Amino acid sequence: MHADLTAAERLPDAHRVTGPSAIAGDWRRFAFLTVTLALTDWKLRFYGSVLGYLWSLLRPLLLFGILYVVFSQVVRIGGEVEHYPVQLLLGVVLFVYFAEVTGDCVESVVDREQLVRKVAFPRMVVPLSVALSCSFNLMVNLIAVALFVLLSGVEVMWTWLLVVVPLALLVVLATGVGMLLSALYVPFRDVRPIWDVVSQGLFYATPVFYPVELVLDVSQEATRVVLANPLAAIIVEARHLVTGSSPSAAEAMGGAAWLALPATILIGCTLLGFWVFNRIAPRVAEDL
Amino acid sequence: MPGDRPGGAALSATGLSKTFRIPREQVHTLKERALHPLRRGSHHELRALDDVSFEVEPGEFFGVVGRNGSGKSTLMKCVAGIYRPDAGEIWARGRMATFIELGVGFNPDLAAHDNVMINAIMLGLSPAEARRRYEAIVRFAELEEFADLKLKNYSSGMHVRLAFSVMAHVDADLLLIDEVLAVGDASFQQKCHDALQELRGRGKTIVLVTHDMNAVQRFCDRAMVLERGKVVGIGDPRSVARRYQELNFGGAADAALSGAHLGDGAASILDIWFEDGDGRRAEAMPHASDCGLFMRVEFNQRVEDPTFGVMVTDEKHRPVWAATSGLAVRRSGGFDAGERVDVGFRFSNVLAPGRYFASPEVVYYGGGHRLMDHREDAATMVVTGVREAPGMVDLPVEVTITSSNAPVEQAAGR
Repeated sequence: MHADLTAAERLPDAHRVTGPSAIAGDWRRFAFLTVTLALTDWKLRFYGSVLGYLWSLLRPLLLFGILYVVFSQVVRIGGEVEHYPVQLLLGVVLFVYFAEVTGDCVESVVDREQLVRKVAFPRMVVPLSVALSCSFNLMVNLIAVALFVLLSGVEVMWTWLLVVVPLALLVVLATGVGMLLSALYVPFRDVRPIWDVVSQGLFYATPVFYPVELVLDVSQEATRVVLANPLAAIIVEARHLVTGSSPSAAEAMGGAAWLALPATILIGCTLLGFWVFNRIAPRVAEDL
Repeated sequence: MPGDRPGGAALSATGLSKTFRIPREQVHTLKERALHPLRRGSHHELRALDDVSFEVEPGEFFGVVGRNGSGKSTLMKCVAGIYRPDAGEIWARGRMATFIELGVGFNPDLAAHDNVMINAIMLGLSPAEARRRYEAIVRFAELEEFADLKLKNYSSGMHVRLAFSVMAHVDADLLLIDEVLAVGDASFQQKCHDALQELRGRGKTIVLVTHDMNAVQRFCDRAMVLERGKVVGIGDPRSVARRYQELNFGGAADAALSGAHLGDGAASILDIWFEDGDGRRAEAMPHASDCGLFMRVEFNQRVEDPTFGVMVTDEKHRPVWAATSGLAVRRSGGFDAGERVDVGFRFSNVLAPGRYFASPEVVYYGGGHRLMDHREDAATMVVTGVREAPGMVDLPVEVTITSSNAPVEQAAGR
């Protein structure tokens, strides 16, 4: 009997197999997987193109160039606004990041069908790796923005460091919405065209190519409505911290208390995305 | 220990059920859902698994067979944690590596290196470990020259080789393999089999889903037949293979007692089974445990002092051990027609790991070995063990090393 005991001691621990889930399991494996998938994803994105990673930079820069020509030479929105080019570039880069994360997330789970149907791994790795991969792009783009800001003669300020706060909130918001979309896409394939339209609408509803002062010129109420959108509040705040000349989100809304509005929506969207993804995770392999 | 479940099984499933709801009309858009909000109840149910229970012992090579649509793959996906069963429990020991439906989910646009890294990490290695093993994985798959090629340019055979190689190198304790060995050329198939045997020799547990009855009989210690989501046979590979053939080609349904009858029929052996130390029926027994061999006998006429015996043979049908009631209980008493008795032989399991068959018999008192009933290979048992033990038995030993010119020195061992 003694021999039997030693044999049993050598056996690995028993665990219950409960089926797939969004985040359960070893967190180290979760992190390794997310990073590895994000890196290979990033590599794949530009693989085979001549300009390689430059594309991730060129996309927002081209959009910036077009918008700049249109809105400073043709329509002249930004004429009298201080540091309009910096505001525009910052807005474009942040908006493009949001659009990229959410847009890429939509099909992410379905596209990785091969993996999802054959290997047990925490499902949330999929949208998170997409968000992480896009965040690599964001970092590259922000370096370009920083150079641009320095060259355009904005004063160096300590508030630049605080930009990480709206940036972090942006990452959270984009990831939360991305999770929601990737989960909804499994049963409802028309999430793709719907989100394309919504995303397009958001571009105009968010102060990307127009400065928030323009909305303030309309009315305080209009500004509050526009900045209830957390994406708008984040961009406005980032612009304020970088240029120092444009109003902060709290100032534009007429009081810090109004920030509760976008904050609530941000938290709500993120929790909803998390919750919905958790709901579909156990059955996603069967429903694909 | 996380989750305490009695027993030392490497994998155990109890009462697994899984039902798929198959909609008659696939609603795949919000638009359709919005236009026809009430039209959603229409679907039929497919019971893929129905109360499936089984246990796999550590170090065992376990086969799962069944026809197409019998629930094999669903079972594997539940065990692998890809599907969530509707009912039942699955417990596993250690890390699991799965190999399901040809390949482990490779990305066709990535080269072998990235795919190997992703999959090795999915199967539980850290990135550093995965990098260290990359060379060995590619070498085993014989793909060194093609390591930089994107996977979409690989042949299906190369795919499978790479996938199998990853799985064999991630140090899993439990390997779930779904019908893969049929792909690839003969020499690589042999290599896979050798690799599996080697893993098993290191105490790994392997569950193989297959159609290939030869593979089951060659490699498996035990196997299970699934039919319409139910377990319809579980036991030694030979009887399972026979059961599978019956399902495929019709024929007699009852294959429970496989052996032929010999003897004059004064008594009938109704059943024979192995029990573990706690008195539960078992088909797999760890080495060095207490166990018992039991037979249930019904007498068809009045019999005086019958002798009950059993012959145990190994997988090559070489006699290993014979037990008889004749020595312990010379006079067993008289039995009337219709009377049933259970006869037990309890022993300490010194058998070496491997498969054993038991052939019970009932003979008349006295010499001459006149048979009332004899069943050839009516029960089978697998002895599991962690270490390799060449030879038929693995006896407890005490080793002494004595120097001829020094005081006695003793080393205790097994």
